[in-house]
Amino acid sequence: MRFWKAVTAIIWKDIRAELRTKDIFSSMFVFALLSVIVFNFAFELRVPDMKMVAPGIVWVAITFAGTLGLNRAFVIEQDKGSLAGLLLAPVDRAAIYFGKMLGNLLFIVVVTVILLPLVMIFFNLSLLSWQHILVLLLGIYGFAAVGTVFSAMAVNTRAREVMLPILLFPVLLPVLVAGVKMTGSLLDGEPLSDVANWLQLVAIYDVGFTVVAYLTFGFVVEE
Amino acid sequence: MERSSRTLMIFTALAAALVLFAAYMALRGAPDAVGLTEDNTFAQRIIYFHVPSAWLSMLAFGVTMVASIGYLVTSKRAWDSLAVSSAELGLVFTLAATASGAIWAKPAWNVWWTWDPRLTTYTIMFLLFVAYFMLRSAMEDPARRARFSSVYAIFAFLSVPITFMSIRWWRTIHPVLIDPNEGFGLGPGMMNAFFISLFSFTVLYAVLLAHRYRLERTKEQVEELKEQLGY
Repeated sequence: MRFWKAVTAIIWKDIRAELRTKDIFSSMFVFALLSVIVFNFAFELRVPDMKMVAPGIVWVAITFAGTLGLNRAFVIEQDKGSLAGLLLAPVDRAAIYFGKMLGNLLFIVVVTVILLPLVMIFFNLSLLSWQHILVLLLGIYGFAAVGTVFSAMAVNTRAREVMLPILLFPVLLPVLVAGVKMTGSLLDGEPLSDVANWLQLVAIYDVGFTVVAYLTFGFVVEE
Repeated sequence: MERSSRTLMIFTALAAALVLFAAYMALRGAPDAVGLTEDNTFAQRIIYFHVPSAWLSMLAFGVTMVASIGYLVTSKRAWDSLAVSSAELGLVFTLAATASGAIWAKPAWNVWWTWDPRLTTYTIMFLLFVAYFMLRSAMEDPARRARFSSVYAIFAFLSVPITFMSIRWWRTIHPVLIDPNEGFGLGPGMMNAFFISLFSFTVLYAVLLAHRYRLERTKEQVEELKEQLGY
């Protein structure tokens, strides 16, 4: 299909650019690691068991690192003028959205995959089960779906990098709350069915905002 | 005076009279709540101010979202003016509801603020529309500003019910006014006063919105005239 060919071409473009510079990935990963370490010192002496705060630490680290990555995603396009090129290409605006969004998703997933083992070692936990991975994936997807639209907006404002977290965090809150809640329950050894309603909430969020983003992205990149 | 502004003046006077009447009903007209301590009996009367404010903040942000969709569909600047006017009023009523809630919470819960889910959601809604105004102020081009803030308003307003849903699953200590099992939580006399103030505040909102909208349109006209004159 033409649509998905355009989408994969955009993802592939981002991956290739990233493989050459490794700008986004390295800054995201180092920042995520730093926030985990900072949280460790912020909580260590006050919290009896790091397991109690680990879900929060994981989700906040992913959110912070993801915000950093999202900022770069459109700044690069804008500064080098490649966004204009993308818009001139004879493809649907929605294809540009899905291409950029899935690219962002991929970067955050890769960072998370490398971050998780380190978190497991630092805090002596196990996060390697399909339930944990499902929860993380659903949350990160919601993050990328909303974040891609906002980062395309933020890059066109005066404040740029500062704007994105201000726009993104309040809208993102349901995902963050549900993510922390679910990761926490799974760490306490409860089955996934105990958090089914939270899972539903994130699923509704993901589907709903993908549709809204699909409908509105054209207005954001329009010149 | 134009006819439209004369009509607006009449409605403004009507809104003022209604709000005064609502204040009388809230302070004198409504019966005392039963089974509360003396402090809490007085504090309870804040409901006639608190609930209408909260309702209007939701209504105002809802109007902002509808107007934003209107802008994206038609590209008419009037819709954007309506959206920003309503969003501003929404922020005012959000602050009014939060402040009155805090005044009630001190005698009832013994704290000004608690991280109750409903209060938290409300704070998030406040922040969403603060972000809306920050986004607007970070762009000069009116068309782009209108487009971006319309898109953001849609995202922002839709995220509120999702955040709200999680309320029911967290333990909440906020009173529930309309309970599906127990019906309405107010006696008949209180109900009268309650609906009078709800109605009066809604009229007040509509009048304020009309004023604010006119101001916004005038501002745009001045901008256009300045441009034509080469300022």
